[in-house]
Amino acid sequence: MDRLTDDDTLKRLLGPAEPELLCDECFEKLDEYVELKLQGAPADERIPGMRAHLEGCPACHEDYDSLRDLVQSDDATT
Amino acid sequence: MLSTSTVSLAPAMSSRLPMSAAASERDDALADSTAWISALRHPAERDHAIARLHDLLVRAARFEVSRRRAALSHVRGGELDDLALQAADDALVAVLGKLDDYRGASRFTTWAYKFALLEAGVRLRRRAWQEREVVIEPEVWPLMADTGQGPEGHAEMSELMGAITESIDACLTGHQREVFAALALNGVPLDVLADRLNTTRGALYKTLHDARRKLRADLAKRGFTLDSI
Repeated sequence: MDRLTDDDTLKRLLGPAEPELLCDECFEKLDEYVELKLQGAPADERIPGMRAHLEGCPACHEDYDSLRDLVQSDDATT
Repeated sequence: MLSTSTVSLAPAMSSRLPMSAAASERDDALADSTAWISALRHPAERDHAIARLHDLLVRAARFEVSRRRAALSHVRGGELDDLALQAADDALVAVLGKLDDYRGASRFTTWAYKFALLEAGVRLRRRAWQEREVVIEPEVWPLMADTGQGPEGHAEMSELMGAITESIDACLTGHQREVFAALALNGVPLDVLADRLNTTRGALYKTLHDARRKLRADLAKRGFTLDSI
């Protein structure tokens, strides 16, 4: 099998291929990761395993989206 | 540990304080993270700083409610605001209890926000699933439906899905199968399943993570190429 189809379904089943943080580590570093992302800094280099975890964990991904949007809205009003 | 506290705040702490000129000046002084930490630790400033922090956390919790309102259209607004206030109260307890953990890697407000968003998100996910059944039977396999691929792609997908099914049966423990079925197959939110099984998001995700690693290893051993996934 040289090419797999329906990546979204398979990612949901099999999760990320690369090493990832787990939920507690993700929560610990979420604020730093969000600010690095919003600054355009190399967040994925600074916090390895975060991107993979956010791909694999819908709950933490939602927390990330919320925090990013809230901080962004704060920054836009100040 | 990701969990929601049930500790309640005294009513006085939960209410907004009236703003005065002096209070407004203090707010200016709280504009940076060092000032936040200092005020929260200084006896003369602490009460006002806690009230301002609570306002901040209420705003964050309401922000989360507004993001999820569409999925909670069957819940009346007053109940949602109560959930936001409860989330802010518990987030305040968590923030004050973890002040020593704040290392300045982000602004203090960003660090504090994440506690309110977590508390609100957990409550709202659980509320959205309150009347729904949580299916944890591996036999339920909704993702095996037509994937929309052409005949060749569909055959590849069917072959891989069949292999995954075999790996689930062969490699996973009973607990891993249940958690995998609920989370990965049936889309039950982590926090909802954690609540039903009386465990934590972190513990459940670790189970899912270990199950996924086992499945990947077994599929690779059987010759499936998974590098691009």
